[in-house]
Formats: sequence, C-alpha cells, structure tokens
Amino acid sequence: MTFPNEYLGMPVKIDELDHENRTFFNYCAQHDLHLQRCNDCDLLRYPATTACPFCACPNATWIPVEGKGVIYSYGEVHHAIQGAFRKHVPYLLLLVELDTQKGRPGPFDGLRLTANLVSSDGELATPELIQQVGIGSRLRIIYKDVTEQVSIPLFTLDEQAEQPENPWRYPIE
Amino acid sequence: MTQKTDIEATSNKFLRGKYAIAGIGETGYVRGSGRTTKALGTEAVRKAMQDAGLNPGDIDGMLSYSFNDSTFTPNIAGELGIRPNFYMDVYGGGSSIEALIGIAMGVIEAGMCNTVAIFRAMNGYSQVRIGGTGDRGAVRPLNGDSLFSRGYGLMSAGQMFCQSFMRHMYDYGTTPEQVASVKAIHSEHASNNPKAYYQKRVSVDDVLNSRMIVKPLHLLDCCVETDNGTALIVTSIDRARDCKHRPAVIQSVVGRCCKPRPDMHYQSGPISTVAGHYAKDILWPNAGVGPEDIDVTGSYDAFTFTSLMQLEDYGFCKKGEGGAYVSDGTIRLGGKRPNNTSGGHLCEGYTHGINMVIENVRQLRGDVDDSCPVGPDGHRLHSFDYQEGGCRQVRDVELTANLGWGTPGLGSAMVMAKG
Repeated sequence: MTFPNEYLGMPVKIDELDHENRTFFNYCAQHDLHLQRCNDCDLLRYPATTACPFCACPNATWIPVEGKGVIYSYGEVHHAIQGAFRKHVPYLLLLVELDTQKGRPGPFDGLRLTANLVSSDGELATPELIQQVGIGSRLRIIYKDVTEQVSIPLFTLDEQAEQPENPWRYPIE
Repeated sequence: MTQKTDIEATSNKFLRGKYAIAGIGETGYVRGSGRTTKALGTEAVRKAMQDAGLNPGDIDGMLSYSFNDSTFTPNIAGELGIRPNFYMDVYGGGSSIEALIGIAMGVIEAGMCNTVAIFRAMNGYSQVRIGGTGDRGAVRPLNGDSLFSRGYGLMSAGQMFCQSFMRHMYDYGTTPEQVASVKAIHSEHASNNPKAYYQKRVSVDDVLNSRMIVKPLHLLDCCVETDNGTALIVTSIDRARDCKHRPAVIQSVVGRCCKPRPDMHYQSGPISTVAGHYAKDILWPNAGVGPEDIDVTGSYDAFTFTSLMQLEDYGFCKKGEGGAYVSDGTIRLGGKRPNNTSGGHLCEGYTHGINMVIENVRQLRGDVDDSCPVGPDGHRLHSFDYQEGGCRQVRDVELTANLGWGTPGLGSAMVMAKG
C-alpha cells in the first residue's frame, strides 16, 4: 500500500520526541481509537498528554475506546484561513463528545474530540450533508490514511444509530 | 481533581486603592501606519508621559506584551531616554493588560521600581494580522499537536471560539439578533469617537447581512484589525496625585485567570461558561464592590459574543441572560451601564485590550475625547447628548470594570475608581 504522506496538501510529521502523539496516531493508523487511561484515577483523557489532567499522575495505559458520540457543538467555516481548506468551504469544525465517560469527572465534562464532518469515505462533507447535522447528531469515527504511522481521525454520520429528528442548528441558514 | 470553590485571592486586597493609572497615550488607530512598531510604541509611551506630566527620568519600569509582532522594551526605552530598573516583555495578546497592571503593582510594591510604563505596539493590519494568524496561504507541516487543530482547519481565533459561542445559543436560546446588537451599539459609541477606525453606525440587520466568516460569526461580529501604539503609566496613588490628571485608582485586578484545562478549555465543564466565572470570585471581593456598583464596563469585544459571555459570567446579569442584557439598552450610552464607550475592538481599533482600559481612565477623569468643545480650563464641556457625532462621556462615573479576554478559558479583569 502506498501512502500520500500529506493531508489536503499539508505534509505530516510528528516529532520523534512526541511519544504520546506518535502512539495516539499509530493506533489511528490501525483504525483503532485508543486513549490513555490514568493508572491512578482511571479517567480517560483526550488528547494525549504526558500526565493526567485530573490527578497529575505520570503513568497511563492505552486502552481501546468506542469511537461513537454526538455533536456537542460546532462552527461552520465559510471563510477559510488556510490555503488547504479554501476549496473545501463550507466545512464543519466539530466538537464530538464521546459516549464513553460522558458526564465524568464533573456532570458537564466529557471526552470532546475536535474533528471535521466527512462523508463515509472520508471526504470533507458536502453542503448537503452539512445541512443534515447539528448539535445532538450521532457520529462515528473514521480514518483518513496519511502515512504508515499516521491516520487522521474524522467523524461521519452514524448510519446505524437513531438520529434526532431535528438536531439543533444555527437559526439562520 | 477537585477545584477550590473558596478561591483565596492571590493579590493582597489591601493594595486596593494604593495604585493608579496616571497617564495614557495612543497613536491613531489606522490601517497602513507606514511606520515601524518601534515608532508606534515610542510615540505612545512619549504621549503617556506627557499626559501624566512625567519626564523620561521618572519612568523606571516598563512592561509590554506581544505575539512576536512588536518591538521589545529596550528599543523603546532607548529612544526615549528611559533607564529602566525593571522591564519585561511578555508573550500574549488579549487578557494581558490587566495582568500586566497587576504585575506593575507587584514590582513597585517589591521595591524594584517606582513608576511603570506599559505599551502595546502593533501593525495589526499592515504586518501581522491576528485574524490570519500569520499563516495566510502558507503550508507548514502538521506536527503532533497541530493535527488536533490546523489539520482540521481550526486555527484562527474565530475558528477556535465558535463552538463555545454556538453552544451558548444552544444552552440559553441566545439569538443572532441579540448578539449582533453588541456591534450595533458599539458602533453608535464609535460614531462619537473621532479616533475610531469605523465611525459609521451599523444596524443589527447590517451585521446579520454581512458575509459569514465562521458560523455563528458574520464579518461584523468580528473586530477590526488596525495598526497602533498604545501605552499607560502605573504608579503609586501618592505619585499619581502629583501628576497632571485625576488618577484612575486601581481597586482590584485579576490576571490571566483560567478555566480548568487552560490548554483545551472545551474538555471541561459547560463550554458556554468562560473564565470570568472564576475571575469574578477574585475581582469583586478584592474591589469591595459588586457588578451592580459599576457605572461603565469595558468587556473585551474581539467578537460580539465575547462581550456578552463575559458580562454574564462576571455577574452583570443572570447566567444565560447575556443576550437580553446586551440588547435591552443597558450597554448603550445613555443606558444604565454602557459598555466599550469608545467603540472597542469592534469599531475603534484592535490593541488586545489596552484601548478599553484607556477609555475607562478617560471616563473616570470625566474628560473623554469626543467632539464636544474644549472649555477655557482645557477640559471638554460635555453635552451628554449621545446622538451621532455628539458626546460619549458618561455622567458621574465613579467605578469602571475592564473584562479582558484571551480565550473562552482565559480572562483578566480590573476595577478602577475615580480618584
């Protein structure tokens, strides 16, 4: 298999010293979502870190996590800043809250992943697809392969899930 | 991890009333200054010294903030003949100025110097545009941390904050019209400010009809980018009383107060709550007053939403009622508690917060630089008629609050009193 070694024209290179991110994206390259679980307080965290954001413990174990959740919030970019995204507007800036660990450690906390909305084959969503989703829409993770060690995690509509009838959208189209 | 609820204020509340802003200086707010940031910073500090009636030999401390888009202190001090006993140039934009004022008080209190000039000099339009984050069109490799941001086209301030803004609408039913009224009202204020870059009044419809940048932000929900130098001088209340103008007395200051997870604020708590939720518990007890006592606010308006969410989290209205608060006339000149009477970042110019402090110093002096005629004593004869092109001085200002914004998870604040 050959790899593009870039994503949307942007070269991808994770520093060799950045062990945490290298591990996270290595799992992504296997199309597996793994997050660190703290060896002391058992809480999962995102993104990868060198210590636990909840108890400062340095030791963690990578465990598989189901890549399913809901749109917690979003923005819809019409004016792209980066050249790589200019031909893809509008695109969605998602904050996806995973079902795993929802409401923990505090009632309003959760594992919230940044991502873009994409089609089921990993292409940035069309305007028609964008109009189908809003806060509450159920999504599943998919991956776009970049190198042998790195795939980009993205989210697409979860076809198996029951979708809210009217996901909340910004009131002016 | 448990968060302390009874926050022990880090600044000694007995510094309340012991320090003041004694001088303020600004260049014009323009696009295309045609000058270096060194020239802008030098002019601003010189004007602040003149405003205070101080000489270069009276300034022995300096502070500045920048995003590596400015000139450092030694070059400004050198041009003006200032010999600092203390200086520091810090990295950062919004939320820096109130924090630096607190640091100035601290270093004077520590005996390190006596009088501190703080400046921000930037060609924010013609050189480094913050909205473009210095990367317009450029392709940099995606590394580990930027795969979570730039890899998703998530980079500018608007792109980083939009999810918090959208969630506020979802959580509380805040409407686009309510939000847009922040710009409409600040533009009314700017129409009475001869220095403002945008002096034309705009309506709520104008905001909603402007092109979408990143939903929920239209073009006119976003602040202007300008070139300018700005400065102010902090010193003890006793020294300030010997200066030219009535001092603006610092009652309380909060510097770079964070939500949990300052790296990624959206991982923690409701994202429709901002750092002001934490900062208020330092600001009000230290000031000895509450939001109901404040006459004029300067709530940072990088975006329409930022003014709204901060006013709400600092307690100027009930949580969730920010939309009503900013659209019911309260924050308008002539209203109960005007916000950003200069037009702020949305209209006057972009300085990462310092011009909103300068405006409140002028309000406390009772000598805002609008178009009212200057009387024989050198002070303006204010009409308190707020129609277009008229007055922007608020009557009988005793207390002001500045609410600085860095991100939804980062804020600073300050209360000042009439001297």
